[in-house]
Amino acid sequence: MTAPPMVSLTIEGRPVTVPAGTSIIEAAKTVGVLIPHYCYHPALPVVGSCRMCLVEVEKAPKLAPACATAVAEGQVIHVHSEPPLEARKGVLEMLLINHPLDCPICDKSGECELQDYTFQEGRKDSRLRDPKRFVNPVEDFGGDVLYVPNRCILCSRCVRFMEDVADDAVLNVTERGDRAYIGKFEGKDLTHPWAGNVIDICPVGALLSKDFLNKSRSWEVDRNASICTGCSQGCNMSVETRDNMVVRLRPRPNTDVNQYFMCDHGRLDYRHLNRLDRLERPMIAGASGLEPADWDVAIARAAALLGEAPVHLVASANLSNESLWLLSRVVELRGGRRLVRIPQGPEAPLSGAPDLALRADRAANGYGADLLGYTRSDDPFSGLQSGDTLILADHELTADDLAAAAQAKTVIVLGTTLPEELANVAVALPITNHVEEEGTFTNLRGRVQRYLQARAAPALARPAWFTLADLLGALGEPVDFLLPAAVFDAMAAAQPAFAGLTYDGLGLRGAVVAGATAGAGA
Amino acid sequence: MGYPHTPHERETLVLSRYFGDAEARTVNGWKARGGYKALEQALATTPESIIAVLKESGLRGRGGAGFPTGLKWSFMKQGDGKPHYLCCNADESEPGTFKDREIMRWTPHALIEGCAIGAWAIGAETAYIYIRGEFTEPLAVMERAVEEAYAAGLIGPNAMGTGKRVDVHVHKGAGAYICGEETALMNSLEGKRGNPRIKPPFPAVAGVFGQPTTINNVETLAAVPHILNNGAEWYKAFCLSSPKSTGTKLWSVCGNVARPGNYEVVMGFPFKEFLYDLCGGPLPGRKFKAIIPGGSSVPIQNMEEAEATLMDYEGFIAQGSMVGSGGCIVIDDAQSIPKQVARLARFYAHESCAQCTQCREGTAWSTKILERIVAGNGTYEDFDTLLEIGENMTGKTICVLSDSCAVPVASGLAKFRSEFEALITKKSVHPVNATVTA
Amino acid sequence: MSHGPSASGGASIKAPPHGHDDTPWEPVFTGERRQRLDAMLTRYPTKQAALLPALWIVQEARGWVSDAGMAEVAEVLGITPAYVKGVVTFYTMYHQHPVGKHFIQVCTTTPCNVCGAEDVVAAFLKHTGCAELGATSGDGRFTVIEVECLGACGFATPVMINSEFLESVTPDSVPDILARLS
Repeated sequence: MTAPPMVSLTIEGRPVTVPAGTSIIEAAKTVGVLIPHYCYHPALPVVGSCRMCLVEVEKAPKLAPACATAVAEGQVIHVHSEPPLEARKGVLEMLLINHPLDCPICDKSGECELQDYTFQEGRKDSRLRDPKRFVNPVEDFGGDVLYVPNRCILCSRCVRFMEDVADDAVLNVTERGDRAYIGKFEGKDLTHPWAGNVIDICPVGALLSKDFLNKSRSWEVDRNASICTGCSQGCNMSVETRDNMVVRLRPRPNTDVNQYFMCDHGRLDYRHLNRLDRLERPMIAGASGLEPADWDVAIARAAALLGEAPVHLVASANLSNESLWLLSRVVELRGGRRLVRIPQGPEAPLSGAPDLALRADRAANGYGADLLGYTRSDDPFSGLQSGDTLILADHELTADDLAAAAQAKTVIVLGTTLPEELANVAVALPITNHVEEEGTFTNLRGRVQRYLQARAAPALARPAWFTLADLLGALGEPVDFLLPAAVFDAMAAAQPAFAGLTYDGLGLRGAVVAGATAGAGA
Repeated sequence: MGYPHTPHERETLVLSRYFGDAEARTVNGWKARGGYKALEQALATTPESIIAVLKESGLRGRGGAGFPTGLKWSFMKQGDGKPHYLCCNADESEPGTFKDREIMRWTPHALIEGCAIGAWAIGAETAYIYIRGEFTEPLAVMERAVEEAYAAGLIGPNAMGTGKRVDVHVHKGAGAYICGEETALMNSLEGKRGNPRIKPPFPAVAGVFGQPTTINNVETLAAVPHILNNGAEWYKAFCLSSPKSTGTKLWSVCGNVARPGNYEVVMGFPFKEFLYDLCGGPLPGRKFKAIIPGGSSVPIQNMEEAEATLMDYEGFIAQGSMVGSGGCIVIDDAQSIPKQVARLARFYAHESCAQCTQCREGTAWSTKILERIVAGNGTYEDFDTLLEIGENMTGKTICVLSDSCAVPVASGLAKFRSEFEALITKKSVHPVNATVTA
Repeated sequence: MSHGPSASGGASIKAPPHGHDDTPWEPVFTGERRQRLDAMLTRYPTKQAALLPALWIVQEARGWVSDAGMAEVAEVLGITPAYVKGVVTFYTMYHQHPVGKHFIQVCTTTPCNVCGAEDVVAAFLKHTGCAELGATSGDGRFTVIEVECLGACGFATPVMINSEFLESVTPDSVPDILARLS
């Protein structure tokens, strides 16, 4: 395929060169000009119906919709000149005449495009002297979605998402004229596993999350970039916290991985991140069971135990590459086995997006574990000898696991919680969960992606890599890691699978390991 | 079923010649009147030569836009390997217009013949005649005629024994003014909501079912056989004024006029004589006040403008309006202009497809304001608001329904402002409920 | 979903929300009707193009298009019922609720309006006993609505009663028209 010819034009006085066929709205983005819009969304078919993105194209008889007009050589485009500004002001006024202006009680307030553009370009008053249109206040669309028709601006993004991206046309535009609203069929709910995205793509407060309803004002949350651990797809997400509690997970665009979307499974699976029954301080076995200990005491005890017997490591595939690598080094030092068990679930593709699905592997870093020499097993305790030292690294124990783990001579736990039913725990080391630390995961296509800390860790809990660095030191392998970047770069130097990658070089889109299977942008 | 009036001597009967002649509805009756000769001749010649005749004839689209028909047909790329389609727009729904209805009721085979010729000329094997659902009688007549034409081998897999395939299907609409917009019609035909599409792509590139499509109005297609039979020069000679407007045109006349009905006159006919002579002038004791000459979407004319008009594309523009669909709504001095403007706004608000913001909201908002003014609760500020809303509704949306709503508001306010003002000052100037008996 | 003041809801049918009918659904597309639909399908390159015709067949058979009817059409044409509903609600001629035995549509758009169409509407309301526009008369025989332009403006006022098209109706002719209806 040959690349399309390039077209040069001027947008708001800035020279732009983009491939032929690019829309004006996308061309403007490349020079930092955001043309206001509602119905347009880069992942959806263009309908050009909100008429918000009208711009002035010199020598054209009429204003042009920037979403539906392709660039042309030599075009001179004005976004903020008088005619398009007046036109957009007119659109905003029209959108607001029937809008309830109930921003004080609207969840979307603060992140609402109707608010934002009105603030930027709208009229200061309304000329409406007649009653507003009013329809039923709230409708349950099923799934996590509520519909508030009075706020709806009929941009039809949700309809097009369900129809063209999810391939499950459960939403429609019902009726016509100013009686129109977003409708669905009685008994057919928004149960598609990716349906929650309609809430994110809704530019106003018409589609709301039941889970997030009335939980927080949007300006009260702190947002941090992260990666979803719901499956091996590695969807980029934003972790939103309020008062150190995770209150919402939302997709972060990455066209190499998840476009603009994430599935409901990943989106709603965050409550465990706020658990209050956390392991908060190091513990060692004493006369009356596990007793709190200082970190150095606990690390020394763990190192001593590791000297005595072969190691059997069962790790979570939701640990970072860095933590898994350092755990590997511990095992390699003492000899033994390292296993992961990856929970399985049904695969749920988003058919309109390339190589995007809720994957059967319900853990973020299975591929990273593979690269670092871990064995996947449904029964990760098989092969455990009664004389072994068992390391449980953030592994969630089932009832069968408990019985198996009880056979070990002694158990070292690196965990967010303490397996209290397990009697033979000698040392328990509190670690952070993935929103309390930063690090990297490797998704199923070999894309290594960074996640950042979004929440403070409880009490004395520390990132697993940090604790493991201490432990290696205590085992006679001093390492000098103060930041996860240093661990990653050391790993990249030591592990051929990660050769050539640097922590800084990963950026926010991630980078693919050499030799990865083809897929998401690889 | 109302029979058409007896033709006036100053009419020029081409399309309407057999209106009221029940035999012309049958395939044999139509053949006896010279029907299907043009199709036979067309199938024996090349698309290029048919298009050349049409271009030469000066025939322009009778649906509203007045686009040259031959030129439109020439946009269809022959031999591109794609299926081509012809759509006949029989969704006649522009208030004031009822000419296509009469063509279909009385001369269904003229339309079928025109469709078949058109299909051959644009390289299509299928033509769809999209008829609005309310036209129960024209639908029945057309369906019967299509059946007859198939049975007679005039159309079908071996049209007139030439081995050429021309299918003609009647498709019934279901109540939506906007489906008279060409791309909305295509969506509707595809089984979708009748939402107009953004252009480009234009229908000749990607129309119905995503394939190259030509869409023509009933009157346009019905004129084609006559042009092929009699030649371009014959048709071009029907011209009393601008050489850019040729042929005869069917005008639907309705409202407060002595003899409402369809009239066929040559392009450029003087509107004043048309109204007073052919249509019989005003009702007894009344005077004409305003004319909406081309269907409800064109600007309202006051009588001064109307009486100075020559009835063709250029003539109406010169007098502040447009030919549109040729639906002439006559309003006399018993009527209130504000009330009728409000009623038109309500029509557009009811028919807006709900896509574009300015149209969905603007048509309804204009209606609310106008109805409030008519109810005696208006203010002078409302006039400015109406005009500014209208400005925002003009030239900014996917199709022109929004513009069409703004047109009568702006022209009504400009030309009959005193009537609006009278409502503000609470002075009633008109007995608004004059009942008219036919 | 019920509506408050809409500027343009004049021709909508006022009835309880949700077009539900609790009686078990007898499929429409069997026998002759199925054959008609199959014949229809041969006319178009896509199945979906037969949606409007299919809905017409449902309305002909049942008098209105219920949710169950939409679901059957969706099934037959391989589209979702929500999609069908979006289409049904776009077109005013599909009844989303049961209507009177004689469904009377009176054109009141400008050309007819200036000829006194509102008086014709009033006459129909009066003589049918319908309480208001869109409401069905107590005996279930009549529903009267205003309709936008019927395209017979020269024959004001045109009235459609079911599929029968009447022209030049005046308030005086209404009683006779109604007397002819069973």
